Amino acid sequence: MNEMNQVRKPPVATTGIIGWLRINLFFNWTNSLITLFVIYCLYQFIPWILDWTIFSADFKYNYLGEQITNQEMCSRNLDPENGGACWAVIYVRFYQFIYGFYPKVEVWRVNIAYAMLALALLPLLFAKLPYRKYFLYFTYIFPVIAYFLLNGGLGFTEVSTNKWGGLLVTLVLGCTGIALAFPIGIMLALGRRSKLPVISMMCTLFIEFIRGVPLITLLFFGMVMLPLFLPEGIDMDGLVRVLVAVTLFQSAYMAEVIRGGLQAIPPGQYEAAKSLGMSYWRMNLLIVLPQAIRISIPPIVNTSIGLFKDTTLVIIVGILDLLGIGRGTLADTNWLGLSYEIYFFVSLVFFIFTFGMSRYSLYLEKKLKTGINMGAD
Amino acid sequence: MSEESIISLKNVNKWFGDFHVLQDVNLEVKKKERIVVCGPSGSGKSTMIRCINRLEEHQEGSIVVDGIELTGNLKNIDNVRKEVGMVFQQFNLFPHLSVKENITLAPIWVKKMPKAEAEELAMKQLEIVKIPEQANKYPGQLSGGQQQRVAIARSLAMNPNIMLFDEPTSALDPEMIKEVLDVMVDLANGGMTMIVVTHEMGFAKTVADRMVFMDEGKIVEEASPDKFFNNPESDRTKLFLSQILHQ
Repeated sequence: MNEMNQVRKPPVATTGIIGWLRINLFFNWTNSLITLFVIYCLYQFIPWILDWTIFSADFKYNYLGEQITNQEMCSRNLDPENGGACWAVIYVRFYQFIYGFYPKVEVWRVNIAYAMLALALLPLLFAKLPYRKYFLYFTYIFPVIAYFLLNGGLGFTEVSTNKWGGLLVTLVLGCTGIALAFPIGIMLALGRRSKLPVISMMCTLFIEFIRGVPLITLLFFGMVMLPLFLPEGIDMDGLVRVLVAVTLFQSAYMAEVIRGGLQAIPPGQYEAAKSLGMSYWRMNLLIVLPQAIRISIPPIVNTSIGLFKDTTLVIIVGILDLLGIGRGTLADTNWLGLSYEIYFFVSLVFFIFTFGMSRYSLYLEKKLKTGINMGAD
Repeated sequence: MSEESIISLKNVNKWFGDFHVLQDVNLEVKKKERIVVCGPSGSGKSTMIRCINRLEEHQEGSIVVDGIELTGNLKNIDNVRKEVGMVFQQFNLFPHLSVKENITLAPIWVKKMPKAEAEELAMKQLEIVKIPEQANKYPGQLSGGQQQRVAIARSLAMNPNIMLFDEPTSALDPEMIKEVLDVMVDLANGGMTMIVVTHEMGFAKTVADRMVFMDEGKIVEEASPDKFFNNPESDRTKLFLSQILHQ
C-alpha cells in the first residue's frame, strides 16, 4: 500500500533546464536545425555589434587621443579599418538632445521638472509605496507645477516654448497627450454608448472624424486653423496648438479602446449595480470602468506607445523633438554623415521609454489579475 | 385593490419588438407574502419580476411598489430600487471586488454609510448566509453556491423590504442548490416579502403562500400551493406539473 501512496515525480527529462532545452530547442531535427542556425547568427552578430557600439567606438576622444569636435576627427573617418561608432556627436550635442535650446542659466528648472516627473510616476509604479496617497496628490498637481517651472511665471523668467526641444518636447507632448487623452477618451467612450441620441451622435462623429484623419493633418490643422477659431487677440502658443491636436487624436483612439473594454462587461454587471440603487455615474465609476479599463490595459498601453512615437511628427510643423534635434544635428556640416550614431541614439531613447511602458502594462496586468480572474486558480 | 398590497401590477403589457412578452398581467402581493412564480421558459416570468425594479420597462398598465408608481421618473425608479433587492441567476457579483467589498459598496456609496459600519454590516450579512470566512476572497475563488449566497448578502445589506429572486438556483450544480435554498427559507421565515421565480417545487411547497403559473406572457393560474399542486384548474398547469414533477 505504501508504494501506492508515494508521490510520483514527473520524468526528469521533462523538467528543469534539460527538459526545457529538449522541449523548446531540440524537440525534433528541424527544431534543432533552426536552433543551431539562430545560435550561429547570434555568434556572428553579437561580437560585431558590441565591437561597433562599445569596444572600437569613440566616446569623447578618437584613437589618437584628441577630443572630437567634428565628424572628420572620428576614428572611423580617419581610419575606416579602425573605428566603430563615433558617439562624440551625442556627447557634444547632448544638451540639445535633452533640453533643446532652453537657456543654460535656467536649465535647472528642466532638471527639477524631470526629477519631479520621476517622483510623480513613483506612486503609479509602486502600489505598495509607503504614504502612496500623498505621493498621488503630488502626481495630480505635478502638471501645474511643471507648467510654471518650464514655461515661467510665478517669479520664474518666461522661457518661450520655441526654445524648448529634444527630449523635453517629446516628454511634454507624450505625457500630456496620454494623461489628457485618457479621461477624455473615457468620456467619449461612455458618450458613444449613451442612450441619449444627441450625445451618442456627437461623440461618434467626433471619434470618427478625428480617427479618419492622419495625425499630420491634425497637426497642420492645429497650427494653421485653430487660431482662426479663437476669439481675436488671443494668441495660442505653438506647442499648445500641437498639444491640442495630439490630445484630440489620442483621445479618439483611447475612446475606441475603452469602448472595446466596455463592451466586454456582461449586462448582468449593469443590472446588479442598478438593482442596488446605483446611479449612472456611480455604476460606471465603481463597477463598469474599473473592469473595462483592466480588460483594456494592453490596447491602452499599445495606443499610448503609438502616440509617444507619433510625437516625432511635430517636426513637420517646425517643433524640434528628440528626432528633430537629431535631424538638425545631421544637417550640421560638422557632423555630416553620422546618421548611424544619431538614429541609434534616438532609437535607444525611444526604446527605453516605450519598453518601460510595455513592462509597466505587464506588471499592471499581473497585479490586477486576482480580481478579474473568474477561475479558482 | 386591497389596501395592504406592497406590489401591485395592473394590466401590465410589454413587448420585445413585436413579441408580446407580457399580456395583461395582474398581480397583487401583500406585505410579507411569499410568491413563487413558475412556468415554461419564455413565459415572461423573469421579465415580469424584472419590471418590478425597472430593469425592464413596461409599456402599458401600472406597477406600484410600496406606494411608488414606476414611470419614467428617475427619482421614483431610484426609490423603488432602494426598496427592492434582487438576486440573479448568474449571481452577477462584481469580480474586481472582494466579497466584503461587494457587500459594502452600495451601503457606502448609495446609503452614505461610514465604512466601518458598512463592514460590520457586511460581516453580519455573511454570518446570515453562513460564509463569514470567505469575506476577503474574490468571487472567482468561490463556488457557485457560495457566490449566490454572497449575492443574497449583498442585496440584504441594502435592507430591502422586498426581495426578487430570478431563478437563483438554475445555474448551480445540484449539490449546491440546497445551501442556497436553505438561506432563502431562513429569509422567508424571517418575514421578508419575496417573489421567487424558480423550478424548485420542493422549495415552493415549503415556503410559498401563493403559486403563480405563467405561460405565453399570461398568468394562467394563481393558487395556494396545496391547491396548485394537488388540484390545479387549468390543463396547461397540469401538463407543466406533470412534466417537471415526473421526470
